[in-house]
Amino acid sequence: MEFFWTYLWPLIVILAQSVLLLVILLVAIAYILLADRKIWAAVQLRRGPNVVGPFGLFQSFADLLKFMVKEPVIPAGANKGVFLLAPLITCVLALAAWAVIPVNLGWAIAEINVGVLYIFAVSSLMVYGVIMAGWASNSKYPFLAALRSAAQMVSYEVSIGFVIITVLLCAGSLNLTAIVEAQNGPYGIFSWYWLPLFPMFIVFFISALAETNRPPFDLVEAESELVAGFMVEYGSSPYMMFMLGEYVAIATMCAMGTILFLGGWLPPVPYAPFTWVPGVVWFVLKAFFLFFGFAMVKAIVPRYRYDQLMRLGWKVFLPLSLAMVVIVAGVLQYGHLATAAMK
Amino acid sequence: MIAALFFYLFAGILVASAFMVIASKNPVHSVLYLILAFVNASGLFVMMGAEFLAMILVVVYVGAVAVLFLFVVMMLDVDFAELKRGVLQYLPVGLLLGGIFLAELLLVVGAWVIGPGVPAAITAPIPAGITNTEAIGLVLYTRYVFFFQISGMILLVAMIGAIVLTLRHKERVKRQDISVQNARTPEMSMHVVKVRQGQGLGSNTASSNTPGSAS
Repeated sequence: MEFFWTYLWPLIVILAQSVLLLVILLVAIAYILLADRKIWAAVQLRRGPNVVGPFGLFQSFADLLKFMVKEPVIPAGANKGVFLLAPLITCVLALAAWAVIPVNLGWAIAEINVGVLYIFAVSSLMVYGVIMAGWASNSKYPFLAALRSAAQMVSYEVSIGFVIITVLLCAGSLNLTAIVEAQNGPYGIFSWYWLPLFPMFIVFFISALAETNRPPFDLVEAESELVAGFMVEYGSSPYMMFMLGEYVAIATMCAMGTILFLGGWLPPVPYAPFTWVPGVVWFVLKAFFLFFGFAMVKAIVPRYRYDQLMRLGWKVFLPLSLAMVVIVAGVLQYGHLATAAMK
Repeated sequence: MIAALFFYLFAGILVASAFMVIASKNPVHSVLYLILAFVNASGLFVMMGAEFLAMILVVVYVGAVAVLFLFVVMMLDVDFAELKRGVLQYLPVGLLLGGIFLAELLLVVGAWVIGPGVPAAITAPIPAGITNTEAIGLVLYTRYVFFFQISGMILLVAMIGAIVLTLRHKERVKRQDISVQNARTPEMSMHVVKVRQGQGLGSNTASSNTPGSAS
């Protein structure tokens, strides 16, 4: 009996929480996908998906069914194990990142001390899905596309790393809950880190676009020029897993932006009517605000050329974020001297 | 009990995948097994309570170094069957190196068993009540700051050396200057021509052999 309460019961609780999170997350992803298409359509004065269900609300589920019942085709020359492992890795890693994301105070499955590093580590592993898919397809076009997009993901990870370091310097912790709590100030929305670290917020947003292979950095896919990049040999369920992983990664990046810069679950005005709203509502609203930005960028901005993309990552964002790390650290260490001198 | 179970799980997969790194025929599979070994090693770090080291191991080794390994192995068309042919020739050297390594490991473990107080005496004590990220930072930037700086300098020198060795200044290569491109105005790059109906470009331009001027 003691064995049950010390070992099995926590396991059951964690499993139940994980399943609940996954179900909510996947339903949310279905509607994020729909929202993406609807926003894109609205910008281009189209209706978007509107046939399945009222206002096309069941479109994503119809797509899911379509992908599930299609026949998965594996090329004869492909390395079968790695070929099927690649979409699984993409999908599982993207979902695994959500284990540490707190959507409200204490609402995280795993409250770990190095939460930011965990998400960073998991998102740096996402590149393996791309490389493995490109290599295992045993065809030159997916392989070249995989090299191209792996280089892109690795280079933008560097600037995201430095952006995270500036936030960590301000918050003084690697714990995601502590980072949000560090933004809890008397000025509400103006106490959050987007204001003092505004350049870093912009760098983070653009790097997140590049890291998740969203337009204008979607050279991974570039459907008008390069067909489907590294996943050109994939169809049916394996392809769906890539797409699912991609959208979960986008949701993760939105959640990261919310936690690092937009104060997580904190209300924008720290007074009575706003503090009554549950924190998870604020979190979802903020994350969706970031996602709306992602979708609008997709609709508005033309695609980058590959050399421009590399230049932006290495010659603009890397020096900028590196300089900001030094500046932020200097201000935090010696800022009190400046204020003392003014008095 | 659960901790022991997970230790043997991670350690077992780690050893098995490390063996597969040298045993598998396909070099790409070798690198993938190496990645699996790294991930399991980071699991072991987590179990020891060194979560910062675990995450850094994944970020640096798996996220960056192994990606480069994989790039190189995929790009190079190495015939590994050819390489494996001479394996018996190099086996004594490999066994010698393995033997030396094993002996050193035994010495380290032996020292640990004989004098358990020695590692505690020569290393910095872990202060109680702070996370291990802070603990590492506290000794890394105070007690070991010169070692830290020197290792950084060595990496910098290696990086500069690699750039110097591979940098070639080619003549007659067209390069793009982004600031020049951005400074271009519509006036610099195009001129608007008014084309009269029925006359074409001929009456507007100086040259007489444009197609529109013939009729």
